[in-house]
Amino acid sequence: MKIAFTTQGTDWDSPMDARFGRTQYFFVFDEETNEVKTFDNSAIEQEAHGAGPRTAQKLVELGAHVLITGNGPGGNAAAVLSATGVKVYVGANDMSVKEALEAFKAGTLKG
Amino acid sequence: MKEIVVVSGKGGTGKTSLTASFAVLGGTDVIVADCDVDAADMHLLLEPDFAREEAFFSGELAVIDQGQCSGCGRCAEVCRFDAIRVDEGIYTVDDLGCEGCGYCARVCPDAAITNIEQNVGSFYRSTIRTGSSMVHARLKIGADNSGKLVAKVKKAARQLAEQQAKEIVLVDGSPGIGCPVVSSLSGASLAVLVTEPTVSGIHDLKRVYQLVKKFGIRAGCIINKADLNPSVREDLRAFLEHEKIIPLMEIPYDEAFTAAITAGKTIVEWDASLRTRIEGCWSTITALVTEH
Amino acid sequence: MKVAIASGKGGTGKTTLATNLASYLSRTAPVALVDMDVEEPNSALFLSGNAHHQETKSKQIPQWHAKNCTLCGNCQEVCNFNAVLVMAKRVMVFPELCHSCYVCSELCPTQSLPMTQKPMGELTHLKADNLDFVESRLLIGEEQAAPLIKQTHDYVDANFLPEMIKILDSPPGTACPMIEATKDADLVVLVTEPTPFGLHDLKLAVETVRHLGKTFGVVINRDGIGDDAVARYCEDENIKLIARIPNSRRIAEIYARGGLLIDEVPAVKDAVALVATTIQDHLKGGTR
Repeated sequence: MKIAFTTQGTDWDSPMDARFGRTQYFFVFDEETNEVKTFDNSAIEQEAHGAGPRTAQKLVELGAHVLITGNGPGGNAAAVLSATGVKVYVGANDMSVKEALEAFKAGTLKG
Repeated sequence: MKEIVVVSGKGGTGKTSLTASFAVLGGTDVIVADCDVDAADMHLLLEPDFAREEAFFSGELAVIDQGQCSGCGRCAEVCRFDAIRVDEGIYTVDDLGCEGCGYCARVCPDAAITNIEQNVGSFYRSTIRTGSSMVHARLKIGADNSGKLVAKVKKAARQLAEQQAKEIVLVDGSPGIGCPVVSSLSGASLAVLVTEPTVSGIHDLKRVYQLVKKFGIRAGCIINKADLNPSVREDLRAFLEHEKIIPLMEIPYDEAFTAAITAGKTIVEWDASLRTRIEGCWSTITALVTEH
Repeated sequence: MKVAIASGKGGTGKTTLATNLASYLSRTAPVALVDMDVEEPNSALFLSGNAHHQETKSKQIPQWHAKNCTLCGNCQEVCNFNAVLVMAKRVMVFPELCHSCYVCSELCPTQSLPMTQKPMGELTHLKADNLDFVESRLLIGEEQAAPLIKQTHDYVDANFLPEMIKILDSPPGTACPMIEATKDADLVVLVTEPTPFGLHDLKLAVETVRHLGKTFGVVINRDGIGDDAVARYCEDENIKLIARIPNSRRIAEIYARGGLLIDEVPAVKDAVALVATTIQDHLKGGTR
């Protein structure tokens, strides 16, 4: 299973980015292979409107099965994620990526 | 780093006055971001120096190169916004009508039309009279605030906070319920709702709270002009309790608000008793965002 | 004749003036009040009437038909608003982001995105004696106010005679919605407060209405608080100061419960009468 995080940096200690649509990075962890890939989402700054669905499309392209984020995606982005079967967990605002993964495993994030 | 975002839905509730007061109380501990770009008035109280200006581009506008145009009229045919004008065979674009969809440029057989990113205003990184920094913006006529601009203002504020090792970014949020306010709230640690007990105040508060709730952001509420209408105030209190919104403060109707603004001061620099109340409210707010 | 009541910032008393003015004028002649602040329409809170007509206002958006679609990606490529996304197995359309420009639909090589109607708001028309009240309300989640404002203008033009006075309660600010609401107006009344905030926002609004080439005047609300900088600005700029609505706590209280001020506060009635006179003078041939 591939788990994606919205982050402000590219390593396990990076703080989470509470935003979805305009997140700075995606940090994608593949549980099976233990591989980590990051994606720089900063090009989204150029979009005046519709950042959410565009970012959601990117997340789907990255092959994520689960998204862990802070505030949660808005309506349009949520529509993309649910249409493609990505499960969303929110509430990881003030955590590092590592802490967010632990919280997810402990089941303390909101599904 | 924590983001405190002040929103109200409706204008005239005292949101900017209160945000500026918090900026004064927070002093050099807080970086200020003014995302109420349509009525950006906070600079009148905080006196930014407009030190660093950066042009802001957003949206596109079609421009017709008269040298290339053969006058076929295809652009006017496809435009759904009546933004292509023709005068004696010369085709031009009405800037206020053009939505920047780019359809005309795609179908022009002469390749005479280009879409140009519009310079719709500027944003500034300033030092304010509290000694801290503020990020604020100014738009040209007809230019819309957007999620993009708000995200830019907030990002610049966060960067300043990081460079200066500040813990709090204080955001004067955008009005309404559209994209700018979504972008204002996105990433917030706490939303501070400012309202008044009037029929329109409660109506607009409920609409903006829908967004706050959807994002799962913790919210507190300030009822300004609280004694204007006891029955609407009761409705407001009941709404806060029902939604588990933290009641932060109630302030009576007080013309000192206007007197302070007129003197170019924030309310906490003008009225000692209001200062005490607002100081109490600010400590509650900072405690809420730093408690975890 | 259309009279737009506008302001650079929210909360200055636009709706207060619009509702009281419409009510005042309706005592002598038929008048229409149109709430163009479709994102936050509040005029209805101050008025009552009998339901006359209601309709859903729609915009045109593309609808995806899977059958012939090859998922070539052209629609996403041509859309400047992120309103169409091409996913691995489907095309998704986001109606709130769509500007109804038709580019994706008409340039689709397989005609898989025909345009179809999508509701964006509700228009309500109420009647009370001499007063017609029209309000449009944008559905939550809709991003663009301007198309609904335009359709509201169309409804007004189709249902009322040109010479009838229509009071337009406009959205605040100087962005697209305000311009869409006021660009058809014969006269614009800018409402402001005598404070530095009010003056700052008034200047932006003046710049906008001048850009649009409108005849306009100013009403100072909450007169007596603040200072006289707004009045001086109007004098320096040769702008007609139409009336002043006094400041009082009682007015704020009546507003809070949704009451009409002209019934209870003579000074407001006098100020509103001055605005009415300005409108009638303008009708007769006009003063600038």
